[in-house]
Amino acid sequence: MISASVVFCLGYYYLSNWLLDNIFLPAHGKNINRNISLANQIRPWLFLFPALFALLVYLAYPVLETLRLSLTERHAYGDEWVGLANYAQMFNDQKFWEAFRNNISWLVIVPAISTGFGLLAAHLTDRIGWGNAAKSIIFMPMAISFVGASVIWKLVYDARPVDQDQIGLINALYLFFGGDAPQTWITMSLWNNLFLMIVLIWIQTGFAMVILAAALRSIPEETIEAAIIDGSNPWQLFFRIKVPQIKGTILVVWTTITITVLKVFDIVYAMTNGHWDTQVLANYMFDKFFRGNDWGVGSASAIVLMLLVTPILVWNVKNARKEIQ
Amino acid sequence: MDNIVGKKSSLSWAVNISVTVLVILWLIPTIGLLVSSFRTADQISTSGWWKAFNSNEQNIIVRTANPQTQKIIDGKYVIEGMLFSSEKEMTISVWGVSSRAIDGYIPGETVKLTKGGEITLREDGHYRMINENPFTGSRGMRVFVTAPMAPEFTLDNYRKVLFDPKNVDGMGKAFLSTLTVAIPATIIPILIAAFAAYALAWMQFPGRALLVAFVVGLLVVPLQMALIPLLKLHMHIGIGKGFLGVWLAHTGFGLPLAIYLLRNYMIGLPKDIIENARIDGASDFKIFMKLILPLSFPALAAFSIFQFLWTWNDLLVAKVFLIDSSGQTEVMTSKLVELLGSRGGNWEILATSAFVSIVVPLIVFFTLQKYLVRGLLTGSIK
Repeated sequence: MISASVVFCLGYYYLSNWLLDNIFLPAHGKNINRNISLANQIRPWLFLFPALFALLVYLAYPVLETLRLSLTERHAYGDEWVGLANYAQMFNDQKFWEAFRNNISWLVIVPAISTGFGLLAAHLTDRIGWGNAAKSIIFMPMAISFVGASVIWKLVYDARPVDQDQIGLINALYLFFGGDAPQTWITMSLWNNLFLMIVLIWIQTGFAMVILAAALRSIPEETIEAAIIDGSNPWQLFFRIKVPQIKGTILVVWTTITITVLKVFDIVYAMTNGHWDTQVLANYMFDKFFRGNDWGVGSASAIVLMLLVTPILVWNVKNARKEIQ
Repeated sequence: MDNIVGKKSSLSWAVNISVTVLVILWLIPTIGLLVSSFRTADQISTSGWWKAFNSNEQNIIVRTANPQTQKIIDGKYVIEGMLFSSEKEMTISVWGVSSRAIDGYIPGETVKLTKGGEITLREDGHYRMINENPFTGSRGMRVFVTAPMAPEFTLDNYRKVLFDPKNVDGMGKAFLSTLTVAIPATIIPILIAAFAAYALAWMQFPGRALLVAFVVGLLVVPLQMALIPLLKLHMHIGIGKGFLGVWLAHTGFGLPLAIYLLRNYMIGLPKDIIENARIDGASDFKIFMKLILPLSFPALAAFSIFQFLWTWNDLLVAKVFLIDSSGQTEVMTSKLVELLGSRGGNWEILATSAFVSIVVPLIVFFTLQKYLVRGLLTGSIK
């Protein structure tokens, strides 16, 4: 089955190009020049067709369809146009605002701390002999699934009754440093959001570090030498010289993590499933779609997500266009 | 770099220490899970995993043989024996004869008993009780011993999670499902994307810049948008839920990044080679297969790693497009979430299952890290 699908893909490109060159517009005979130039105009579209088709069906069409679904109510006899009723219903839902608030705090905290730690790790590991090994380890959580990471951290946050030995590291440390009783960290309202965020920070810091380390290394040495000769101390060198030089890259890292954060689903789904005031938009949406079976409100919340990424989308496209020209 | 003008940084020890702290912080959660997966359920629930390497001090209460077994030797009453059954080898560190002082004596010491007589206990568990008068009572005397247990690790959890056919929570089948999802979902998009990237990088046609912008725009579209419309579509055209559906979905969602990365890389390839090949009469198809693909190997490798990690680790797409009520096609991530709910306290099962699911990505990560880093850099540094 696997190889069949691959053969099928390759077969399309081979066959379509062969047909174009040999059957429809052969590069010989009386129309040779016209045929060649026509074939060259068609060929890019043969190369592009499967990709474009998939992009249109799997990403572009769903955006429009979700928009339509968010404005309709599903009934057994068909879809009914309800205007903004789904949005109104959603904005009256306490859970939505909880999810929205939490998403905003995720958005503020996670990219900031990940990028900060990443920058720190990049800066420090570049100055020691075993820096590459250290980088590998900090980068490693990138390979671990959000669900796997949730299991890992759930053990860290685990709580046992007072009279038993604690098996969660945090509670063991908490008691060791004079805490009175073990705490169930992930049910602790407000703070538990932070404990969930730590999981994502743990995963994303390595990403930030790898990219920022490369950016730091690309700063011309003369700049740094000049700064040292002028007598700047290590702090000034870092904050006044290095950081401004890599501002662009920091921004890219920040926005990339922001997008990941907006879509965060697995961690919340696996660790609390939105209980104890930890709901986020992506999980709220999943709830509406697959448990509440409410496609209207689910789609409306998906549109909210889409609106939140739109500024980044526009900014990215602008940059890309600038680059092409 | 700070010492290029001959000023050795006095902060270098501080740097070393900070990095060490960071590394330990980042490593410890994973180590905890790994260590736990090799411990028995009892060990996990009674002591923290960080104690697994200490030889655990264990307090046990045992009884001497009962007084009926006493013998008379040289006019004295004697009870002799061994406190442990023979298969257990233990070395007693301290011991006692009352619950208030379980660590009162060291091995080899002879202790007077309040009821008369005395007892000597050797560190291997052999004891000898001597009394002028007969020992009375129907049961043997209680002895409290403290003995270190050698650290003990087991592979049983893995055997149970992977190979036990009776274990309905086993990961064996889910492992195969995950593999079946991840491999085609990596290969198909990379093939399609490579052709498209070549067209966008090296072929002339109207609307090219617009298409590139379109791809860049799609890069950030949340895949949450796509779930319901596509599920509807799949149901409508008869693909339904299953492997084909999940492959197609992953292909669609992976394409923007794949095209973007590969195009960025291909456009950096030397122009001369491609133009020379064109002048020599090679067709675009040939140039692509014989020249571009081999030259783009690093970028292809980088994207395959991304896509493989992403599809292997994915939960949402599999839940929506693959897993049906029969549960036959469950992937490891969804199985894990289920275990978190139903077996939240059974850390031996959870830890082992989680580790089974993350070991493949970890191997891929450590062996192919070089390409992964390079791929990240083409994607984000401009």
